[in-house]
Amino acid sequence: MSSTVETRRVSGRIDQPPRRFSFNPRQSGIYVAFVLIVALFTVLTGGTMLQPENISNIIVQNSYVLILAIGMILIIIAGHIDLSAGSVVAVTGAVSAVLMVNLNMPWLLALLVTLVVGALIGAWQGYWIAYFGIPAFIVTLAGMLVFRALTLTVLGNQGIGPFPDPIRTLSNGFTDGYLGNVGLGPLGGADIVSLLVGVLVVAGIALSQWRTRRGRQHYLQEVDPLPVFLLKIGGSGVVVLAVVVQLARFKNIPWVLVLLAALVLFYSLLTTRAVFGRRIYAIGGNLQAATLSGVKVKSVVFWIFVNMGVLSALAGVIFAGRLNQAGPTAGTSFELDAIAAAFIGGAAVQGGVGKVVGAITGGLIMAVINNGMSLIGAPSEQVMLVKGLVLLAAVAYDIWTKRRATR
Amino acid sequence: MVDSILTMTGIGKSFPGVRALADVSLTVRRGEIHAICGENGAGKSTLMKVLSGVYPHGSYDGEFTFDGQACEFGGIRDSEHRGIVIIHQELALCPQLSIAENIFLGNEQTARGLIDWNRTNHRAAELLDRVGLREPAVTPISELGVGKQQLVEIAKALSKKVRLLILDEPTAALGEEDSRHLLDLLRGLREDGVTCVIVSHKLNEIMAIADSITILRDGRTIETLDVRADDVSEDRIIAGMVGRDLEHRFPPHEPKIGAEALRIEDWTVHSPTRPEHKVVDAASLVLRRGEIVGLAGLMGAGRTELAMSVFGRSYGRDISGRLVKDGKEIHARTVREAIGHGIAYVTEDRKRYGLNLIEDVKRNISAAGLGKLARRGWVNENEEHQVAGKFRRSMNIKVPTVDTVTGTLSGGNQQKVVLSKWIFTDPDVLILDEPTRGIDVGAKYEIYSIINGLADEGKAVLVVSSELPELLGLCDRIYTLAAGRITGELSRAEATQERLMQHMTRNQEHIP
Repeated sequence: MSSTVETRRVSGRIDQPPRRFSFNPRQSGIYVAFVLIVALFTVLTGGTMLQPENISNIIVQNSYVLILAIGMILIIIAGHIDLSAGSVVAVTGAVSAVLMVNLNMPWLLALLVTLVVGALIGAWQGYWIAYFGIPAFIVTLAGMLVFRALTLTVLGNQGIGPFPDPIRTLSNGFTDGYLGNVGLGPLGGADIVSLLVGVLVVAGIALSQWRTRRGRQHYLQEVDPLPVFLLKIGGSGVVVLAVVVQLARFKNIPWVLVLLAALVLFYSLLTTRAVFGRRIYAIGGNLQAATLSGVKVKSVVFWIFVNMGVLSALAGVIFAGRLNQAGPTAGTSFELDAIAAAFIGGAAVQGGVGKVVGAITGGLIMAVINNGMSLIGAPSEQVMLVKGLVLLAAVAYDIWTKRRATR
Repeated sequence: MVDSILTMTGIGKSFPGVRALADVSLTVRRGEIHAICGENGAGKSTLMKVLSGVYPHGSYDGEFTFDGQACEFGGIRDSEHRGIVIIHQELALCPQLSIAENIFLGNEQTARGLIDWNRTNHRAAELLDRVGLREPAVTPISELGVGKQQLVEIAKALSKKVRLLILDEPTAALGEEDSRHLLDLLRGLREDGVTCVIVSHKLNEIMAIADSITILRDGRTIETLDVRADDVSEDRIIAGMVGRDLEHRFPPHEPKIGAEALRIEDWTVHSPTRPEHKVVDAASLVLRRGEIVGLAGLMGAGRTELAMSVFGRSYGRDISGRLVKDGKEIHARTVREAIGHGIAYVTEDRKRYGLNLIEDVKRNISAAGLGKLARRGWVNENEEHQVAGKFRRSMNIKVPTVDTVTGTLSGGNQQKVVLSKWIFTDPDVLILDEPTRGIDVGAKYEIYSIINGLADEGKAVLVVSSELPELLGLCDRIYTLAAGRITGELSRAEATQERLMQHMTRNQEHIP
């Protein structure tokens, strides 16, 4: 029972904090699992998994669930749940269709109006949950029915389409190749703009990480040793560049990926660095302690549901735009995918724990399983079975590591 | 030859990174009350869990025999089968179920597979009679106070034909009255031949009831004292527990009392569940800068309710009265407004109301004063880290780094984190509710020093405590509260335990 790690923990008293570059299975497990799953399906599909077109497909086909997962993780961190997301996707998609197709409203204005409708839906649910005190499970279960019903009412039980081009481009299209192509040797031609964006993103990641590191050093905090730091930056840089190169070889960068990247960046910052984000963790971690520390609990809960409504509306427009039609069954069971993504991504059932990047990774794990299994021709019941078991295994793993840590 | 019912030898138990028990030996004589003393982290609770089979045989070193037979318990059922029953510090009762249902939970009185309710309730009534609890057996647990719940736990233990009853901090949550009743009950059980092992921080109670005292320190047995034969005193026990002589349990302090900081006038608070009932009744208090003021009262007198209602109306309804801060009337209708007016409240239950246990030390410290670390809604995490580091040093919070999760800390260190959180909001008035509850003797001294330091900085401190020696040792002035009313105000010179008790028990007939 006395490995080196433990003796270090005991001997590393107050003055000599142990360096924390050791592998943390609870936080890193999800990323390792993701890499392993991708590797597995790459082998099983004989490399098709990582082909340019397939990578592009995975992103575009799952963008709306990933957007929902971002909103869902905030709600789950606060200790709540949203079962209505799929129905809200449907009703907002329907609203946008009526505005754009039936009323010929300019697409940008229609998009904004739809987002406001999403916000109002979120405010409606947030009011009952935060201020009236009904459990989110009940309120959003009711919402699931109510907003599905409203979808049918708005659509008159038929699909509405087609959508204007800008919306279709947003959900299904790719950036233009303004600067033409460049030859990448055996990989063939690739779009220069996409490659430049990829390089800029990697540079941006490296720069911001470096500045964070310098800031921490300036305040005499411990940081990863330089080789570990460089390895982390290098690793993420390679992954980003590899994805971008593949995309550049296909049809360039999907617009939804640009949107998604912006959302992930913003919400990651919100959860880690903003006062509002801290309040969410405080509420989920210990509601009473948060209340007695002056956190306006009701207001925070209200606004995360408003936020969820807006993100659901965004997902609704993108989904409808992708199908080029708003249909009455749109978004069915999307909420379950988003919830599963959050929990696979390391959120705790009791609340207080979770990361935006984790939820995105959880969503991607499900996406890769979906995609990989259909590539190898597995029937849909098998896909469902595997996804269910993966969700169970992920949460079981989380609870198991937690229990081991406390023993 | 001593007739011993329990002999434990060489018990050791390790957790990852911690050796909770190194070498504990314990001999308990048949029919005695045997107290286990030790600081938090000395290994008392771990030892009790080994004894009761919570940690199964094989997961610990050493061995023990009960009633002459070796014990190799695979779980708590095995130990209960042999008549060893443990009552944990946090009571394990289902609030929605009745007293009788709780007593026979897991041991249902059945007839051909169905529960025999007549027998259940009848036998429960007999057991309640034995523990001196005059409540119908069908009363739901949620309608009982903590003291009565404790009695139900004991009745439950008796229903299992208990021969060795283990009580972990049984009076920690009880007021004087309930504690006394519980101790009397234990004496009665001793008459009936039930052996008791009691883990407690309250040395005066141990002195009053125990036949033998075993002192643990750092996972080892230090000594076992025979209360009748040896020359035992509280100081002797403390010396054994902390491994050094604590000449005084309270650090010396010369108060520098300044101007009035907060005046509470005619403060009346109604119960949120029974609006016609006044929990606090026209209470008036004055707190001055540099002064440590005590608030004494029995369980249910309204101490916490008074404190929390002042702190942003966190408790109660239909609150009336005036708050005057530095000569001006203020309104603190929410916790935020109270913090804004420089009032801080350190809760009596730090795990439930004080800390986010799954979050790290630095984020707990910054939780109430996060605004001071943020610009336009964005937190400066480096600044936060630095602030937390400063508190870690000045408060002597024993953690490897401020990134350590608070749930893993000992009670004393957790309390220092909560205190840091409120000191960081830079309050003028600090209300400390049971600031040393569940904290070991050494850490208590540190907390007292911190409180003295806060007063010396010119802050007004109100200490709410159910332990009279603590109030007498710490406070410059003490108010007594009974049935929601202020019934006395005693200076340090006037105050004695007896006098406080007299004031605290006034108006008893008003308590419904």
